[in-house]
Amino acid sequence: MGVISNGTTLLDAGALDAGIATGEMTLITSTTLSSAAANITFNSGISSTYNTYVFKFMDIHPATDDSKLLVNFRDGSTAYDATKTTNFFRAQHRENGTNGNIAYRTDDDLAQSTGAQPLTMDIGNANDESANGSLILYNPSNTTFVKHFAAESNCVYSGDYSMNAYIGGYINVTAAIDGVQFTMEGGTNIDAGTIKMYGIK
Amino acid sequence: MAIISNAVTIADAGAFSASLGSLTLIKTITLSSAAGTVSFVHGASSVVLDSTYPVYKFVYTSVHPAEEGAIFQVGFRDGSTAYDATKTTTNFEPIANEGDSSAEIAYQPAQDLAQGTGFQTLIRNNGNGNDECGSGEMYLFNPSSTTFVKHFIARGCGHHQSDYTTSSFVAGYCNVTAAIDAVQFKFHSDNIDAGTFKLYGIKDS
Repeated sequence: MGVISNGTTLLDAGALDAGIATGEMTLITSTTLSSAAANITFNSGISSTYNTYVFKFMDIHPATDDSKLLVNFRDGSTAYDATKTTNFFRAQHRENGTNGNIAYRTDDDLAQSTGAQPLTMDIGNANDESANGSLILYNPSNTTFVKHFAAESNCVYSGDYSMNAYIGGYINVTAAIDGVQFTMEGGTNIDAGTIKMYGIK
Repeated sequence: MAIISNAVTIADAGAFSASLGSLTLIKTITLSSAAGTVSFVHGASSVVLDSTYPVYKFVYTSVHPAEEGAIFQVGFRDGSTAYDATKTTTNFEPIANEGDSSAEIAYQPAQDLAQGTGFQTLIRNNGNGNDECGSGEMYLFNPSSTTFVKHFIARGCGHHQSDYTTSSFVAGYCNVTAAIDAVQFKFHSDNIDAGTFKLYGIKDS
């Protein structure tokens, strides 16, 4: 049965009418840790269905003090080891009003590396310390071009700084990216946190 | 006929009352062959770029230049047919190369504008190798205002012709009080060989 209001078909045959404007940002999946875990992995739902994918990471709390949140990408095998070249800079300011500056971080970029990419600076693990941010992955299913990504985060650095990090780069493969994995530096656990994956039409 | 569920009106008068999301896809342009420009013109080809939305978002993915080292640019139309609205802008970039021998963040004085009517750089010196491309997004705020200047903010990811990753942070304002009713993307030289361009409107209520 269709639903027609004021002469306009709103829905029919199990779907909204094509003329109805709908939101284009779709929550695909959400993971909230109920206990500490080594990783949060998205290994389904990444396809050509959406042109752009957005990951929002919220209240990421490390098990180990001074740990960065990392990301890596899967490009055909079961491993999260796609080759990447990236850039990384951060702005910082300490709670006591000192050390406000901006700088490029050669320790946190990658040059044709298969290793995981930092998304944050070193997160403190006091009870109220955490990191938040977002990662955009462009056109992951494309098999002609490299795949670009961009991220921004803010964290409570272990030395009581606000650390605002900006990351960009490309996954230097033409294979499709079909999985994204978040881990902590040094293989330590993610103690708590939520990561949501959205698709943008 | 209204649709009412649990005393809440879901739809009435030919429209949904319930929120269907605040990000609305207005137009997608995917190039099927090389083109000199990609334009979003209010009122043409189903494009809306007026007071309907307070914020517009453009997303460009896998944009591939015909020419090695081409600069990906944007221009704004403010009343005439030309994309020559006066702009003052900033542009800075972190870059790093695949050889791990060069990395820095720097302001790009050659890629900004000071009351310029030319096109603004969004991603510079793009490589045109078969797998090389650029992607990014740009927000345009309140383009239909006839009181204030019009601000825009963009962030792009590029594959530099010398095998660098570049992240372009661009911001500025169209220093005009006329409404902006069209936006055009192009490379500074030669064609856009491939790419997808999307225009979204972002609702404020």
